[in-house]
Amino acid sequence: MIAIVDYGVGNLFSVKSSFNYIGAEVIVTGNAEEIRKADKILLPGVGAFEDAIAKLRSTGLDKVIIEEAKNGKPIMGICLGMQLLFEKSYEFGEHEGLGLLSGSVVPMKGVIKEDLKIPHIGYNALIFKKNHPLFKYIKDGDYVYFVHSFYAKDCEDSLLATTEYDKELTAIVGKDNVMGCQFHPEKSGEIGLNILKAFCEM
Amino acid sequence: MITKRIIPCLDVKNGRVVKGVNFEGLSDVSCPVELAKYYSSCGADELVFYDITASFEERRLFTDILTRVAQNVFIPLTVGGGINTLDDFDRVLKCGADKVSVNSGAIKNPQLIKEASLKYGSQCVVLSVDVKRVDGEFLVFSKGGRENTGIEAISWIKQGVELGAGEIVVNSIDTDGVKNGFDIELLKLVCEAVSVPVIASGGAGSIDHFIELFNEIPDIDAGLAASIFHFGEVEIKELKKQLKENNIRVRI
Repeated sequence: MIAIVDYGVGNLFSVKSSFNYIGAEVIVTGNAEEIRKADKILLPGVGAFEDAIAKLRSTGLDKVIIEEAKNGKPIMGICLGMQLLFEKSYEFGEHEGLGLLSGSVVPMKGVIKEDLKIPHIGYNALIFKKNHPLFKYIKDGDYVYFVHSFYAKDCEDSLLATTEYDKELTAIVGKDNVMGCQFHPEKSGEIGLNILKAFCEM
Repeated sequence: MITKRIIPCLDVKNGRVVKGVNFEGLSDVSCPVELAKYYSSCGADELVFYDITASFEERRLFTDILTRVAQNVFIPLTVGGGINTLDDFDRVLKCGADKVSVNSGAIKNPQLIKEASLKYGSQCVVLSVDVKRVDGEFLVFSKGGRENTGIEAISWIKQGVELGAGEIVVNSIDTDGVKNGFDIELLKLVCEAVSVPVIASGGAGSIDHFIELFNEIPDIDAGLAASIFHFGEVEIKELKKQLKENNIRVRI
């Protein structure tokens, strides 16, 4: 059973549907006990970092996620959910994250060429940096769907794949049992489903 | 770098795709779920669904259909048609839409763009604009292209982006249905005016028209079409193959 953490941020319909589609058992929940009971945790997220981390803290789910991660339970963050795994974000101010991965989240603005559009929206190719069980059913160069204006940096120890948008931007991270995708696997067609499938099998 | 996107558009009425479709191998060619699955498997990068129903009952049927599509197809879904309020946004987003396209509703009430982008994020708000040349000027038409608003198109699009629209669909009424190619002149002007993704619509009749579009306007993000895909005049697999052969980046 995979617990999709519901903390009032974003629409969880597609994430839930994609797991259902590949035959995984999922529960969408904001209940600490149910999250603790699950075999794996999926942390989704759309919107602003500050708002999201505040909601995790006010519900006490931040502690649950951190504890479960330390117990070795596989955890995957998607998009903002991935960004929350890091130590810090500089999205409109400076905010502390869950600190499960080292590194910080910073704006793309000022880093990539000025004539490129921000947010980075669309399908872009993965560039593998290390091998990882998440890559079981996908290959280097596969396309996935991104929608974001901020990206994770200084995360060399967990960096698994990047994507090129003028600069190489963090696309997939993973260290021990804690993983994350900057893009939306639930919106990346077959490739995305294959990443979720690999996560289910871990 | 990101790829150019190819987007089929499906008009849905009474739970069925209208405008007729003929595909071999599809058991039910006007079933939105079947068609959506088919397009997704052919390499469509996104899907747009237009709700062209009017009554409340039919609208409920549309959201049921949308839910079923979203349970079976895992590429971005945009929904348009009859979006006038934040409640309309909420209704379709809950069914699994990723983006919501506004047109006449935003012309009536431009603040809708602002309110929706603040609530759901700019990436969720698509401004769709029907444009036609009138006395040498590009003007915005509303109500499915039937009513001249008198508003100048480029200034409206700029205003839409300032209000928070994250993507623009430009439909040229002049080229729509003519199958003589996209409206390059208009699309160039739009791409120069805004820095958000621009999606070209209206006029595609062949693969060459897509190649022309992406070659003539390197900044354009996507090409959208309906009947040429539905009637199989342009097959998405072949289209993407030829785009790639012409050094245009696509997801294959």
